Amino acid sequence: MNRKKAAAMAAVSALVLGMTGAARAQNLTMAVGAQVTSLDPHYHALSPNFAVATMLFDTLTQFDAAAKLEPGLAESWKVVEPTVWEFKLRPGVRFHNGNPLTADDVAFTISRVPNVPNSPSSYAIYTRAIERVEVVDPTTVRFHTRTPYPLLPNDMSQVAILDKETHEGAGTDDFNSGKVAIGTGPFRYVNFRSGDRLDLERNDAYWGPKPDWAKVNYRIVVNDSARTAGLLAGDVDFIDQVPTSDITSLRRDGRVRLAEKDGLRIIFLALDHLHKDGSPFIAGNDGKPLNKNPLQDLRVRRALSMAIDRQAIASRVMEGAAQPAGQFLPKGAFGYVPGLEAPNSDPDAARKLLTEAGYPDGFRITLHGPNDRYINDGRIVQAIGQFWTRIGLRTSVDAQPWTTFISRAGKQEFSAFLVGWGTSSGEASSPLRSLVATYNRDKGYGTSNRGRYSNPEMDAKLEAALSEMDDEKREKLLQEATTIAMQDVGIIPIHIQKNIWAMRPTLRHDSRADELTRAQDVHPAAAR
Amino acid sequence: MAVYLLRRLLQSALVMLAMSVIVFIGIYAIGDPVEILISPEADQMERERAVRALGLDLPLWMQYLSFLGNALRGDLGRSFVFNEPALQLILQRMPATLELAFGATFIALLVGLPLGLYAGLKPNSFGAKTVMAGSILGFSLPTFWVGLMMIMVFAVQLGWLPSTGRGQTVDVLGLRWSFLTWDGLQHLIMPAMNLALFKISLVIRLTRAGVRETMLMDYVKFARAKGLSPARVTYVHVFKNILIPVVTVVGLELGSTIAFSVVTESVFAWPGMGKLIIDSINVLDRPVIVAYLMMIVLMFITINLLVDLAYSALDPRVRLEGK
Amino acid sequence: MSTTTANSAAPAPASAPAPKVETPFRRFVSEFAESKLALFGLIVIVLIALIALFAPWLAPQNPYDLAQLDILDGRLEPGTRNGLDTFTYWLGTDDQGRDMLSGIMYGLRISLTVGGGSAIIACAIGATLGLLAAYAGGKADTVIMRLVDLQLSFPSILAALMILAFLGKGVMNVVLALVIVEWAYYARTVRGTALVERGREYIEAAQCLALPTRRIIFRHLLPNCLPPLIVVATMQVARAIALEATLSFLGLGVPITEPSLGLLISNGYEYMLSGKYWISFYPGIALLVTIVSINLVGDQLRDVLNPRLKK
Repeated sequence: MNRKKAAAMAAVSALVLGMTGAARAQNLTMAVGAQVTSLDPHYHALSPNFAVATMLFDTLTQFDAAAKLEPGLAESWKVVEPTVWEFKLRPGVRFHNGNPLTADDVAFTISRVPNVPNSPSSYAIYTRAIERVEVVDPTTVRFHTRTPYPLLPNDMSQVAILDKETHEGAGTDDFNSGKVAIGTGPFRYVNFRSGDRLDLERNDAYWGPKPDWAKVNYRIVVNDSARTAGLLAGDVDFIDQVPTSDITSLRRDGRVRLAEKDGLRIIFLALDHLHKDGSPFIAGNDGKPLNKNPLQDLRVRRALSMAIDRQAIASRVMEGAAQPAGQFLPKGAFGYVPGLEAPNSDPDAARKLLTEAGYPDGFRITLHGPNDRYINDGRIVQAIGQFWTRIGLRTSVDAQPWTTFISRAGKQEFSAFLVGWGTSSGEASSPLRSLVATYNRDKGYGTSNRGRYSNPEMDAKLEAALSEMDDEKREKLLQEATTIAMQDVGIIPIHIQKNIWAMRPTLRHDSRADELTRAQDVHPAAAR
Repeated sequence: MAVYLLRRLLQSALVMLAMSVIVFIGIYAIGDPVEILISPEADQMERERAVRALGLDLPLWMQYLSFLGNALRGDLGRSFVFNEPALQLILQRMPATLELAFGATFIALLVGLPLGLYAGLKPNSFGAKTVMAGSILGFSLPTFWVGLMMIMVFAVQLGWLPSTGRGQTVDVLGLRWSFLTWDGLQHLIMPAMNLALFKISLVIRLTRAGVRETMLMDYVKFARAKGLSPARVTYVHVFKNILIPVVTVVGLELGSTIAFSVVTESVFAWPGMGKLIIDSINVLDRPVIVAYLMMIVLMFITINLLVDLAYSALDPRVRLEGK
Repeated sequence: MSTTTANSAAPAPASAPAPKVETPFRRFVSEFAESKLALFGLIVIVLIALIALFAPWLAPQNPYDLAQLDILDGRLEPGTRNGLDTFTYWLGTDDQGRDMLSGIMYGLRISLTVGGGSAIIACAIGATLGLLAAYAGGKADTVIMRLVDLQLSFPSILAALMILAFLGKGVMNVVLALVIVEWAYYARTVRGTALVERGREYIEAAQCLALPTRRIIFRHLLPNCLPPLIVVATMQVARAIALEATLSFLGLGVPITEPSLGLLISNGYEYMLSGKYWISFYPGIALLVTIVSINLVGDQLRDVLNPRLKK
């Protein structure tokens, strides 16, 4: 091809691209990796559902991109008494059908949440602290709690507000069919094909910043490669959950722009603290079970943690999409402990600790993990297997599908296993309470404490924090509790995931720490 | 004949019953759906509420009996995940899968029959050998790998076809079909080709094997000796006889293609039943899994019955009454 | 069944002197050798089997030994020296720093075990039941064929997934799952042919001679049902290996620490778009060569063994 012809062709294609660009400018096609199971914002508490809910609906409070609380439908909130929170509603907000938002709608919403039939995972966990809702005037509502409850504004960021008139008696089906998929959010419902796609249009009467897109096509593409291929082929403008294997090449690809953000999801190892006399998947080098559980020994736990080269995992396995971690939350989050860094890899010191603990020749251990739940979970497990082998432990690795894995992990059948935790509230009480607090059904503590770690000292600090209304004091208590759990190696933190999105270079994204992928966070890039 | 059909129907009912029991026990053994569905933030009380809400607190046999009672009234339960009737969920996605399966079958016959006939009639020609080598390649390649290769070449590199998903649909008989629109057809081509690849090879081989065998049969020799034209021998005498194995296999394969489109559907993000079932297994959505399997069993039994009937029509030597 | 014939044919090319007396076996060997392609396939299979058998001595690295892997050597391009500078990764490494050449050699072992093992067992079970059904008819036929229906109506991926969920991952479990999934294909095929064959004169003649039923079934009926059985068996070996790969793709199958070819492919699958082709490409080629060779041999076997194709 001669140069003139090439130049002509480039000009033509630029023209064509420019034209389609202009036609597209008002439309956005997104492909997301997670299944949206329902449009009923109170049916199934799951972040992909919630992402969609926050496009159609609003919440009283909301998280900004950095997971800091900001006003939503409520303009302000304050503590009136230790057990009474008062929220002031934003005036003049209307639902998509024109109905005004009033305090009665809030009261209705709180009463609906625990009563959605057949819910496999209810949003009631966010409203349970509320004993009674008091409507003071159309724009003022008071929540009475049973005990002092500092986290109510955080919880309210998860509860989508519905319209009493429209939604009284409405079932989940009515939302999915679009009949009552009516909220106050930045987008209106157009069409929903379960498991396939959701079509939205701009809500021109939105109270907040108007979205840049007149029409949004929100597609569900679960297969990672298919999503990337769709973006490269130009079928979609924006994808989430970019597979780490594609990051390096996409960074160099001029057709694509990447957006990254440190997330709130920690990947860690849970250890068997329950079995005192021998753990199910630990044996001596001769293959015979040990008569005591080595993981009961702090020195062994520290050795296991020090053996792991977190930098290598972050750079090699995760291709940079992870931050090595020494605690639950990333820097800047509420309850983050300054100075509590990820332990450095030190195989020699680890071996020495094992010797001190009475295991100079190590022991046999099986490390379990899922292979389809977290980013590269199976690979991380294998890498940790390598590191443990290097300090003299004969390590086997077993990565299973989440369905089988989690049932067994929940029955304390494993010795050491990899799991993750997404802190949707963005502050430290959530992981502390669920992952390391002593298992207690009545208090609702230690729900996901599958290794059954227990430390009364830490429990006390946490409990104090959970009823402390003063933010500063509460943060200090949470920091102390975190420090105790980490120094005792209740769990072994590995890293905090980074969330990665990819889009056309003509777009930009206000990436969110809480993993939500929403159309209102995507904008046209500033003109070049 | 009526007795035969009735007996088959009764047997089918038994098979479906057995299937539902197996699935119930199977899923019960795999894991607890609540563990998977519930928000990690939920505490123990919320967990217990969810277990009750889904009816999982009852002993397994009671769960099964209540399922059976409802099933007899045509209600196969509601999806744990979507809170929609399981049957409705599947039926919504059925056209997509049927489209894909029939598309693949159509391609397989369209490509496979002529090639197989050619390879059988001229077994020693270079062309026939190429066809046979190609057919070997066809079922040697793993579907998911071919799928990705196709996406890489035809969508990403050449940009001829859309990479994934289903195109525009039109409503016919209350269901959404995409093969009636140009956009839909474009989306359909790659996944259907991907799914057809294995079956093209199958049809080629069956046809060729049949042709070669039949050509040596006495009646074909007689026909040729009688001086009938080669075309008449091929299309009337040979072709009719090789149709038996081809009908059997294509019939059987249609059912399995529908069931097996799982992989193609997940590679191409095709919103059909196969993708639904994989998603449902991943979250142990039992009502959907059970309903799906019942449907597949029913479909298979029907297909088998039709194949048997076609068989007896084509080959009178096959006994139908089973005695 | 096809596999046993393949084995008995293995020493054939070497020991084929000018036939003085034409025994059926000699004729079989010379007819088989008519196709150069099939002969080539046979040689490749033998080579592959040898590589698989002697992998621990041939491979530069034991890819199952976590102590020999180094994650810092992950995703190296083909031809790179390893971190300790003791050998070269001729086919590159995967994300765990596993030498792909060694991985393929060991992976061949697993894929062949899974494919061959499951095919032999499934074929034996399926063919026996199919013959029984066709010959006995009546109740036995009904029961067996309903079982076949039940089995065939259970999508194999689904059945395998459930079985593996019961049993857990592992090579033997995958074999078991594949056998449970595949025997019905053999049974159905054999029954279909046997039904037709059963009405033929030679069976009637054998029955008139009052030969024992077992003899009629295995000496008279079975050989005449072989051609389609071999077609199916050939396809099923290929299918078994591919199905195992698919199971791995869906996250089941063999454990991640002992990868089969299928698992190696799916492991590298997501690196395809990013240009690290070797992780998935070379195991894919190995898988392809294996399956194609098996099929070439099976193809020729079918032509040779089919009594009605004899001139």
